[in-house]
Amino acid sequence: MAQASQATAPRRWNQRTVAPWLFLAPGLFMFGVYVLWPIIQSVTLSFYDWNGLYNQDGQFTGRFVGMGNYAELMTDPAFETSLWNNLKWLVLYMLALPIGLFIAIFLNQTVTGIRLYKSLFFFPFVISQVVVGLIFAWFYAPNFGLFYLLTESITGKGTAILANPDLVTYGIIAAGLWPQIAYVMILYLTGLNNVAPDQIEAARLDGAKGWRMLWYVVLPQLRPATFIAVIVTVIGALRSFDLVSIMTNGGPFGSSRVLSYYMFEMALGEYGFRMGYGAAIAVVLFAIMMIFISGFIWKMWRDEKER
Amino acid sequence: MVHKLSGAIALGAALMLSTSAFAQDKRVVTWNADYDPIPLAAAEALIADFEAANPEIAVQLTNFDHEAYKNAIRNFLTADAPDLANWYAANRMRPFVEAGLFADISDVWANNGLMDSLASSVPSSTIDGKQYAIPYTYYQWGIYYNRDAYAAAGVEVPGAEGVSWDQFLANCEKFKAASIDCVTTGSSALWPVAGIFDYVSLRTNGYQFHSDLAAGKVSWTSPEARAVFDNLGKLQPFVTENHAAIDWQDAAAIFVQGKAANYVMGNFAVGVFKEGGMTNDNLGFMVFPEITAGVARAEEAPTDTIHLTSGAKNPDDAKTFLAYMASAEAQSKWNAAVGQLPTNSGATVDPADPFLTAGFQALSTATGGIAQFWDRDADAEYAKVGMEGFQQFLVQPEQLEAILARLEQARTRLYPQ
Repeated sequence: MAQASQATAPRRWNQRTVAPWLFLAPGLFMFGVYVLWPIIQSVTLSFYDWNGLYNQDGQFTGRFVGMGNYAELMTDPAFETSLWNNLKWLVLYMLALPIGLFIAIFLNQTVTGIRLYKSLFFFPFVISQVVVGLIFAWFYAPNFGLFYLLTESITGKGTAILANPDLVTYGIIAAGLWPQIAYVMILYLTGLNNVAPDQIEAARLDGAKGWRMLWYVVLPQLRPATFIAVIVTVIGALRSFDLVSIMTNGGPFGSSRVLSYYMFEMALGEYGFRMGYGAAIAVVLFAIMMIFISGFIWKMWRDEKER
Repeated sequence: MVHKLSGAIALGAALMLSTSAFAQDKRVVTWNADYDPIPLAAAEALIADFEAANPEIAVQLTNFDHEAYKNAIRNFLTADAPDLANWYAANRMRPFVEAGLFADISDVWANNGLMDSLASSVPSSTIDGKQYAIPYTYYQWGIYYNRDAYAAAGVEVPGAEGVSWDQFLANCEKFKAASIDCVTTGSSALWPVAGIFDYVSLRTNGYQFHSDLAAGKVSWTSPEARAVFDNLGKLQPFVTENHAAIDWQDAAAIFVQGKAANYVMGNFAVGVFKEGGMTNDNLGFMVFPEITAGVARAEEAPTDTIHLTSGAKNPDDAKTFLAYMASAEAQSKWNAAVGQLPTNSGATVDPADPFLTAGFQALSTATGGIAQFWDRDADAEYAKVGMEGFQQFLVQPEQLEAILARLEQARTRLYPQ
C-alpha cells in the first residue's frame, strides 16, 4: 500500500502526511466556518455603512465608507466611556484572584461538612449571570433594595447605585465579582490538592510559616492555577455583557456601557441597526482581546517546547 | 434518516393541506402582526367581519412576539414577505420605505377619501408626498394624577381643563413639603423621559419648533432650545429621585401607592394603574399645562400602522383589507376592544371610559398638531442620543452645557449643515 502510493506520487502524499490533515479536517472546517469566516466578515462589514436591510431584490444596501466608522469612533464620547469602563472592569476583576485564593485556602481543610461549605461558596458560579444580575439589581434597587435601606440607615440618605453615573459601573463589577470569585476559588482548590505535601513538610521543618510559606512554597506550586485564573478573569471582564444588559441597559445615560454592550446596542439594539459601526466596535474589542489571547498562546507554545 | 425525512415531508404536506383546504378557492392575504392577546382577539374579530363581507378573500394572520417582531420584520420583508405587516408611523417606517420594502399606497388613501377621514395622521403616514401606512389606532399622552395624593398633600384637584404651569409648579412645592413626588417616572428604559421633554418642548415653543428639533434642523444651543431646558429645570427638583434606575412599571407602583401625585404617561398605563388598585374615582387625567401663552396646544399620540409590503403576492386584495382597516366601523370595533383611540374621525369611542373620552377630546381639539413621540419623530440614533441627554439633565441639571454640546455634536454629525 505504502509502496504503491510512493510509486504513483512523490513521498509528500503518503499516508503519514495525509492522515493528520484528515483528522484535522473536521476541526479546521468548523474553525473556518464558525470562527475565521465571521471574523473576516466582521472586518469587511466595519468598512460599510449599513442598516441591516437588503432591498426587494435581495441586494446589499450598504455603502462603502472606508475607515469612516473608525474615524467616528475616535470622536465618539460613548465609545470613550465604554473603553474606560472596560479598563475598570479589567483592573477590578483582578480582585477575584486574591479573594478567590483566600477563600480556597480557608476552605482547604478537613472539617465535618466541608463539602457542603465548598458547594455553597461555589454556588454563585453555577447560577446564570442573568440571575446574578437580577439579584443584584434588587439588592441595589431604590426604595426597597437591601443595599439602599442599609445606606439609608447609616447615612440617613439612601444611595441608589444603579441611578448614580459615578458608581454604577462599580456596582455592576461587584455583582460580576461574586460568581468570578467562586470560579477562581474552585480553580485554586483543585490546585491546592496538587501541592506536594513533602515540600510543605520540608518547609515547615525549615521554620517557614504564614505569609512566607504561602509566598515562597505554596504560590509557586499554584502557578498553573494562577495562569488559568488570570486568563478566565481577563476574558470574563472583557466580555461582560449580560450583567450590564440585565442591570442597567448601559444606563443611566450610557455611563455603564462597556464595549461589548455598546457593540450590541449599535448593531442590534432598538435604536441601533448600524451594522458597520457595530462591526467596527467588534473589531476594536477583538484587537484588545487578541493581546491577551496571543500572550496565552505564546506561553502555551513555550511550555510545550520546554517539555 | 430517510424515515425522519419522509415523516417531516408528510407532516409538512399535512399542514399545507389543512391551510390550503381552508382557503381552497379563496384568494389569500397574509398579514404579519405583533399583537398581545387582547389586540390579537380584536384583530381576529375584524378578520372574521371582513371575510364575511368579502367571502372570496381569506386573511391569514401570523402573530409574533412583540419584541421578537422588531428583528423578525427585517428578515421576513426580504426573505419571505407577507402581503401586510404591522409597524409604526413617521420616522420609524423610513428605513423600510427607503429600502423599497414598504409599498406606496397613495391610491388606497385617494380612492377611499382617507385624506379627510384620517386627516390628523396624514403627516405621520407620508414620506416624500406619498402615503406608506394605514394608521388604525393611537393613544394619547398626558398627565395622570392620583386624587388621593392630592388630598393627602392638601392640594386642590385639577379641574377638567387642567391647571396653569405656574399653578402646577406651586402644587409641586406643596407636594414636596408633604414628601410626595410631584412628578414620577421610571427612565431606565430611557423613553419615559422623552414624554416629559416632548411636552415641555411642545408647550414652550409649539409643534413646528419641536418637530424641527426632532428632525435636526434647529440647534440645541439656540435660545428656544435653552428655554425648553429652563422649563424642564423648573420641573427637575420635583421628579422622583433615582428614576434612572427604575422601570416605568416601578414608577407606576409609586404612583398607585400615592407616593407620587402626577405621572406623565401614555394611556396604555391606565391598565397598569387599575391592576394596582386604582379606580376611575381616584385616577384622573389632564392635558399637560400650557407654558408659553398663545402657543397652539399640540399633543403626543403615537400611531400604530399597517403597511403593504413591496413583495406582496396579492396586493389588490391586501389593499381592500387596508381600506377596511381605515374605515370608521373597523376602527371603532378594534379600539373599543383594546381600549385605544381610533384615528378615523368618524369612528366612535366608548363613552363609559373617562380616559378614552378625555383623550379623544384632547386630541381632536389639539390645534397645534399631533406629535408621534420623540423616538418616532427623530431618527433612531438621534433619538437615542437625545433621550440620554434628557435623562442626564433630569439627574444632573448642572451638566446642561456639556449635554447641549454633546447633542449639538451629534446633530452636526448626523445632519451635516
